[in-house]
Amino acid sequence: MISKLSRLSGRYLLRRAIQSFILILILIVVNFLLIHLAPGDPVHLLAGQSGDEKYYEFIRAKFGLNQSLATQLWIYLSTVVRGDLGYSLGYQQSVTQVIIARIPATLLLTTSAVLVSSFAGVVLGVEAARRENSLIDRSINAFALVGYSVPSFSIGHLLLIVFALRLGFFPAQNMSSASQELTGLGYGLDLLSHLVLPVTTLAVVYVAQIMRLTRTSMLNVLGENFIIAARAKGLSEGRVLYGHALRNALLPIITVVGHDFGMLLSGAVLVETVFAWPGLGRLMLDALAMRDYPVLMGLFLMISVCVILVNFIVDMTYAALDPRIRYGRTSKLVRRQ
Amino acid sequence: MKSRRILPAAIALLVLFTFAAVFAEQIATHDPQRTSDHSLRPPSADHPFGTDDLGRDIFSGVVHGARVSIAIGVTVAVLSGLIGVLIGLTAGYAGGLVDDLLMRLTELFLIPPRFFLALVIAALFGSTFSTLIVVLSVTYWPTTARLVRAEVMSLKERSFVEAARAMGASPARILFRTILPNALPIIITNVVLMVGGVILVEAALEFIGLGDSNYLSWGYMLHNGEHFMRDAWWVIFFPALAVSLLVLALNTVGDALNRALDPRSNIASPDKPA
Repeated sequence: MISKLSRLSGRYLLRRAIQSFILILILIVVNFLLIHLAPGDPVHLLAGQSGDEKYYEFIRAKFGLNQSLATQLWIYLSTVVRGDLGYSLGYQQSVTQVIIARIPATLLLTTSAVLVSSFAGVVLGVEAARRENSLIDRSINAFALVGYSVPSFSIGHLLLIVFALRLGFFPAQNMSSASQELTGLGYGLDLLSHLVLPVTTLAVVYVAQIMRLTRTSMLNVLGENFIIAARAKGLSEGRVLYGHALRNALLPIITVVGHDFGMLLSGAVLVETVFAWPGLGRLMLDALAMRDYPVLMGLFLMISVCVILVNFIVDMTYAALDPRIRYGRTSKLVRRQ
Repeated sequence: MKSRRILPAAIALLVLFTFAAVFAEQIATHDPQRTSDHSLRPPSADHPFGTDDLGRDIFSGVVHGARVSIAIGVTVAVLSGLIGVLIGLTAGYAGGLVDDLLMRLTELFLIPPRFFLALVIAALFGSTFSTLIVVLSVTYWPTTARLVRAEVMSLKERSFVEAARAMGASPARILFRTILPNALPIIITNVVLMVGGVILVEAALEFIGLGDSNYLSWGYMLHNGEHFMRDAWWVIFFPALAVSLLVLALNTVGDALNRALDPRSNIASPDKPA
C-alpha cells in the first residue's frame, strides 16, 4: 500500500515537473516575441540603449539578428536556458549578477511579510470565525475590506509620514544607516528598524487576505462531525479551534497564499519604491528609468520562472498533505491495476 | 445588520465619483493642468485640496482623475469580461479538446504576474491610454474565463438546458439564450470586483511612472507628489483618498452582490497587485 502511494505521487510529481518545464520554455518564447514585437530595433532591447555601434554589431552577431526568426528563437532559447540573461551596460555586469545581488533584500522583505501576515491573519481569521457576526468579526471584515482597497503605496506613505517623518520612530528610507559602520548586534537592530515599516506595509494586504480565507475555511470546517466529536470529548475550545479545526482549514490557505507569490512580488516592487529598499523591485524601476532593457527582461523572465517553481512546490506540498489529490488525478491508474 | 448602512453609502460614493467623472469640466474650479506660481499651498477656500509643486489645483486634478480611473477601470472590465465570457462559454460548452486547448491558453496567461506583464508591455510598447487598456484587458480575461467555464459546466447538465436541447435549439441559442442569462449574475459580480482591481493596478503603474502624460490621473499625482509629501501632505493625501474610496465602494458593492448570490461564499476577494 505504501509503495503504491509513493509510486502514484512520483507519477504526479513527474507530470507536474514536465508541465512546469514546458511552461518555462513557453515563457522564454513569450519574452522573445515581446522583444521582437516591440517597436524599434530589437538590438536595443537585447543590449540596452547606451551601447555603441560596435557593441550592437557584436550583439547582432551573437543573437543572429540577420538570420531567420526561427534561428533567432533557437539562439535566444539556448542562450537563456544556459543562464545567460545578457549584459547590463548600466551596471557593467552580467544581468544574472545584477539580479542575484538584489535577491537577499527582497527575500528578507517578502519572507518577513509572509511570516508576520500568516501569523496575524490566521489568528484574526480564527477569532472572527469563532464569533461569527459579532462586533469583532465585523470589525475584522471591515479591516479586510479596507486592506483590499487602499493602494499599498499609500499605506506605505501614511506609515512613512506618521512613524518616520513626524514621530521619528523608524528610519524612512533604505535598508541600513549609511552614516555609521555597524557590526554584529548593532547592525541587526539597525536592519530591523529599517525593516518594520516596509514589512508592515506589505503585510497589511496579506493579513486581510489570509484572514478572510481562514475565516471562510474555518466556518466550513467548524460544521463537521469531527469538531462535534472533539467538543464532546471535552476538549477546551482553544484545542478544538487551533488543534483540530485549524489543521484542516489550513490546506486551502496554504495553496492560495503560495499561488499568490506573484502578487507578493508585485507588492514588493511598490513597497521598495516607497521605502527605497534596495531589492528587485527597486532594480526593476531603475532599469525602467535607465531603459536598461536586458535587466528589465531578465527580471521579468526570472520572476515568472520563480512563480512557476513556487506553484510547483505548493502543489507538491498540497499533494503530500492531502492524499485525495494524488488519487484524484490518477484514479484511472488505480482502477487499471 | 451593518451592511445595510454601508451599502447605500458605497452606492452613493459610486454615484458621486461617476458624477465627477462625467461633469469634470463643470465641477473643477481650475484647469487641472494649468500651472501657477501658487506652488505647494495648503488647502484654502480658493484651493480646497491645496496646490502641487507647479501650483496646479489638486481638487480639480482629483475630479479629472476620476474620469481617467473610471474610464480605464470600466473599459478594461467590460473588454476583458467579454473576452473571458466568450472563451469561458466556448470551453465550458464544447468540452473535450477545445476545452483543453482554451484552458491551457488561459493558464498560460495567468502565470506571469499581472502587474509585471503590464509593466513590461507598457515599458516596451509605450504607456499611452490605449496601450494601458489593451495591456490590462489582456491580463484580466483569464479569471473571468475560468469562472464562466466552471459555471457553464455545471449549468449545461441541468434539466432546463436539456429541455432546450430536446426541443431542437441550436448550440448558439442554448448558449446565449439559456445558459448565459443564468450565468449573468456571477459574471456581473466578477466584472464589478474587477473594476476596483483594474483601478488599483492602473494607479500603481502610473505611480511608478508608467502613465499617459496627456491625462492627469490619480496615479500620476501620487507619483509626482511623492517628492513633496514631507512638507505638503495634501499633495498625496487627496488623490490617495480618492483611489481608496472609489475602490472601497466598488469592493463593497461587489461583495454585497456576491453575498446576495451565494451567502456562504466569502472568497471572491478582488485581487490586488499590492
